[in-house]
Amino acid sequence: MLKHLKPTTVFYIVLVAFITLCGFICFFNGKTSSKQNAIILATTTSTQDSGLLDTLIPIFEKQTGYFVKTIAVGSGAAMAMGREGEADVLLVHSPDAEKKLVEEGYGINRRIVMHNDFIIVGPGSDPAKIKSVKSSAEALKMIAKTGSLFLSRGDHSGTDAKEKTLWKKANINPAGQKWYQETGLGMGQTLGIAAEKKGYTLTDRGTYLSMKKNLNLDILVEGDADLLNIYHVMEVNSTKWPKVNAAGAKAFADFMVSKQTQGIIKTFGIDKFGSPLFFPDAGKKMED
Amino acid sequence: MELIVQGIIKAFELIISFDPEVLGITWLSLKISGTATLISLIIGVSIGTAVALNNFFGKRLVISLINTGMGLPPVVVGLFVTILIWRNGPFGFLGILYTPTAMIIAQAIIATPIVMGISLAAIQNLPPNLRLQILSLGASRLQLVWVLIKEARLPLLAAVMAGFGGVISEVGASIMVGGNIKGYSRVLTTATVMETSKGNFDIAIALGLILLLLAFVINFLLTQIQQRQKLR
Repeated sequence: MLKHLKPTTVFYIVLVAFITLCGFICFFNGKTSSKQNAIILATTTSTQDSGLLDTLIPIFEKQTGYFVKTIAVGSGAAMAMGREGEADVLLVHSPDAEKKLVEEGYGINRRIVMHNDFIIVGPGSDPAKIKSVKSSAEALKMIAKTGSLFLSRGDHSGTDAKEKTLWKKANINPAGQKWYQETGLGMGQTLGIAAEKKGYTLTDRGTYLSMKKNLNLDILVEGDADLLNIYHVMEVNSTKWPKVNAAGAKAFADFMVSKQTQGIIKTFGIDKFGSPLFFPDAGKKMED
Repeated sequence: MELIVQGIIKAFELIISFDPEVLGITWLSLKISGTATLISLIIGVSIGTAVALNNFFGKRLVISLINTGMGLPPVVVGLFVTILIWRNGPFGFLGILYTPTAMIIAQAIIATPIVMGISLAAIQNLPPNLRLQILSLGASRLQLVWVLIKEARLPLLAAVMAGFGGVISEVGASIMVGGNIKGYSRVLTTATVMETSKGNFDIAIALGLILLLLAFVINFLLTQIQQRQKLR
């Protein structure tokens, strides 16, 4: 009889243990983060993938007691979250779309935070011979003319928006061309694909530098004024969306443009990559 | 090849050094997927058994629906859960988007049809005369169900393993409703995706290996319980 019972007893014991464990878990889950203190930060992948936010957010949380939920998506998706009132504060790099969001009244208090630049990278063999050209528009023309493979993000991110403007400036409509492929992925993954397929792509310098060791891609075009990559912070308008944590959003935006944070941004990445990934810009105008 | 070796070395480093962040991520994966599996077990086994034991109009349709649900795409579940629970959605007042609780809900939705489908088949697969025999021994209806569930223990544990395996390895829904927030809702799968996109392939491989190891340990323990009965 005892022998017969044993496996079932074990089964019950495991089951009871499991239930108890899960009871505890639910209890612990319940008490984390009250709504008042949580801020949803919708941002672009580059700020997270570069590790900048991992450095800044713990400092902010310690100073203010807020709990930041960072949702790293493309700038397009981040602004869509702002438009729907699903985020409290945005840190993005898609100036034209940002202006529109402010004009429509969903974004308020838009302030410049920092910049770095975009670069066009490609295989060392450089089949389109763009290394010698001066401007990004010229380079894109060469790529189109030679029909060399170009990888686009195609995900409405800030980088994608910038790329679309550059094509427009070069007077080329690449959509549907055989040599133009859209990955629909983040910057890191798109760089990986460009390296594998020996194609060209537009990237922000930060992501490129942080991934350089695994890529066989060279910087081919840089330094063009059109390639500036500017990050702004803005709060979501709480009069449009009453559920937005306005105080928290303001605290975070203020923190991003504070002297202390700007100092950290200035030196961030030097130890790891030899050069800073971002340049602090708070207080400046976009035209500068 | 070199990268894979690097990844394996990194995995050992992370495991042996008890890296607090990796440990936290692993523990959170286990907590979330364990809780989700438990919830799916309660709902799945009870409904699965009820459907198996009763004859009603449209039973085949219901079974087809359950079987379809076994292949529910996690991203679709993630999308719908997100829309339902975001601030201005119908369940926005709960304020649970981007929390582990939301991840448990999404994973439970993914695991429930899996557990339900397998338990349904398990109970249906029992010899039909067994029911009559148990009832003739004077069992109440509740006792009958309990004996049947015990009889079908082997496939039911397989249901637990399939459900757990489905959710611990799932990434689409977790990243959408959890947000991959550091130290809060980052689990093994979402961390692997992030490290891959950061280009830290060695850490990504290491996290992947830890995930495999975790799945193996859990399944090994469950298999121990499952097979013990058989060897007797």
